[in-house]
Amino acid sequence: MTRTRAAGPAGPVFWTSRRRDVLTGYLFILPQLVGVAVFVLLPVGMAIWYSVNDWNVFTGKQTFVGGEHYAALADDPQLPKVLLATLLFSGGVVIVNISLGLLIAVLLNRRFRGVTVFRTLFFSPVVVSVVAWTLVWGFLLQDNGGINGLLGTIGIDGPNWLQKGDTAMVSVILTQVVRSVGINMVLFLAALQGVPRELYEAARIDGANSRTVFTRITLPMISPTVLLTAIVTVAGALQSFAQIAVLTGGGPGLSTTVLVYYVFQQAFEFNDIGYGSTLALMLLSFVMLLTLLQWQLRRKWVFYED
Amino acid sequence: MTRTGSRKVLSAVALTTVLALSAACGGSAAETSDKPAALRMTVWTSDKDQLKLFDSIAAAYRADHPDVSKITFESLPFADYNTTLTTQIAGGNAPDLAWMGDLSRDLIASDALLGLTDRFKATPGWKYDDLLGSVTSEFSHDGTLYAYPFSNSPFALYVNTDLLAKAGQKIDPANLTWDQVAAAGAAVHAKTGKAGFVVRDFDYKAWNTLATVWTGWGASAWSADGKTCTFDSPEMQQAFTFLHDAAFKTQAMPGPGTTADFFAGDAAFTVAQVSRASLLTGSFKFGLYPLPSGPKGKYSVLGQAGMGVLASSKHPKQAADFLAYLTNPENAAKLAQYFPPPRKSLLTGDKLAANNKVLNAEQLQDAVVDQLPDAVTLPNHTSPAEIAQKGKTALDAMWRADADIPAVLRSVCAAIDPILAK
Repeated sequence: MTRTRAAGPAGPVFWTSRRRDVLTGYLFILPQLVGVAVFVLLPVGMAIWYSVNDWNVFTGKQTFVGGEHYAALADDPQLPKVLLATLLFSGGVVIVNISLGLLIAVLLNRRFRGVTVFRTLFFSPVVVSVVAWTLVWGFLLQDNGGINGLLGTIGIDGPNWLQKGDTAMVSVILTQVVRSVGINMVLFLAALQGVPRELYEAARIDGANSRTVFTRITLPMISPTVLLTAIVTVAGALQSFAQIAVLTGGGPGLSTTVLVYYVFQQAFEFNDIGYGSTLALMLLSFVMLLTLLQWQLRRKWVFYED
Repeated sequence: MTRTGSRKVLSAVALTTVLALSAACGGSAAETSDKPAALRMTVWTSDKDQLKLFDSIAAAYRADHPDVSKITFESLPFADYNTTLTTQIAGGNAPDLAWMGDLSRDLIASDALLGLTDRFKATPGWKYDDLLGSVTSEFSHDGTLYAYPFSNSPFALYVNTDLLAKAGQKIDPANLTWDQVAAAGAAVHAKTGKAGFVVRDFDYKAWNTLATVWTGWGASAWSADGKTCTFDSPEMQQAFTFLHDAAFKTQAMPGPGTTADFFAGDAAFTVAQVSRASLLTGSFKFGLYPLPSGPKGKYSVLGQAGMGVLASSKHPKQAADFLAYLTNPENAAKLAQYFPPPRKSLLTGDKLAANNKVLNAEQLQDAVVDQLPDAVTLPNHTSPAEIAQKGKTALDAMWRADADIPAVLRSVCAAIDPILAK
């Protein structure tokens, strides 16, 4: 053996240091890659396959139907209402969540006695299970529930929150925001504390008022965090399922049936896996488009990003 | 990224996908039907005593049947039972036997259940003719029975007599009508602040439970052949006018978003299945009677559950054989202590009372035995979840004070007619 190798032509060495580096690199990301392949790429691939098939779940029979489910999107009389509910819910959650998160962060970004207690209080709902949180709010929001009881003590006759379309939407948005605003608050707090003090001092010396300081210094300096929270909150809002399922079941009417809940109904309650998959792919493309859009817009308004 | 790089990523992804797929598919290949069968039955009860009874019957069966190595009763939560069972079937992990309620029509229509009539008739001593005709029809198709209707629980009117006395109300149970129930309920609400009558589990969502009321008006959700919606009939309009008045005018029934649990003493009347009597805690005096009469006279409504064998079972023969054993006259008598049985021989007030701790023979005779022969079942159709959801979405508009009742009922038909016509 040794002789053969010694006598052979000295061809190019396969394991060059560059190839070795590449292999090491892939080995490092392999666990993550396997996770993404099994839990993201494979399901997406399967969803695409299901979307072009009709699947009788009871017999296991699959029939190829091509673009039939995609054409059905245009004929679905419920879909426009579902998309409107999705837009209202996601828009509501994003606007209220980010502005409230920022407001709380600004208020708590100063030193006073008990500030840690307040920060903990606002953050604590984040660690509560979504279903438990929503169940409790379900009781509170009933016609004879805690919120109307509280309003009654100050002479206000509260609405039947979950039984009317508009108040039901407000209820699911607020339930979601109060639970998750703590995360954005913490992110904004961290960003606010990273803004150099001297910028504020310089602005004060130049005679800037609080509002100018906020819009000209604070907001631009924390804009990368605003971008991050916007992306995460939009994606989170589009995926909100448990809140809707537990609190309103999509009602009254279709007023709180958001897309992800509609996907669940079609696929797992009505057993129309094909149409459900088609809707799920539509949701996926929405999330991707929105994220792409936000990522592109960052050049315009995110400070110091390159 | 270089071209070689991206090719490598692709091949890595492809490889892991293939690995994952082969790992997922490898598990079940080894099983053959020659080995002793392990049977699994999905149930929605998690009651320890009931499961103990099932386990003891299974143990007795296995003692004589070496071809069955194990029988498991898998408790699934009731609220998601249909979804979980369907997902198991779709995922290739179907149980051998299953309890079923309103999923039965879909299962029968898809040939997903084994026909049982011949098997039961061929089992010595099983006594097929002992089954009551009115309770088997729901689980039959073209003369073949696809599930054994082990539970046939009529809806009855529960009365909190303490609450009625407190409000100075008296009722005559023998000649009770819905109008009297509504009047007494409104009086109780006005005088005590407690609720009048509650249709249990309706909660302004599960509208199929309202069949316990509208049947008294001669209304039904759809035609007998299940193809045409009849929600827009004059009878249904009258029934919904009665319910709407009770919710918004007389307050005889708690409005949407208000909870009142009869069994916690919060309501004067409730319509619920006889099997719910186990929820009575003895904290108040109660009466249990057949449903009140409607404008069309006396009627009775039934909630049913069946046990069937999945056609996709790897051991259909053993599964059907075990089901025949589980439901033979001797074991049916044991099951009857929890579930009103389908067998005529077991259906007497005295026999049912022997195992019932809450209700006496007279109550069981009146509310169960006498009701079963002419009872109608709750609305049942293929695609039950889709009909329920689309119907609910349309019916939500009914539950406001200014609702246009005929228009809402027409919109229910518009929503569910396409599904009925499928």
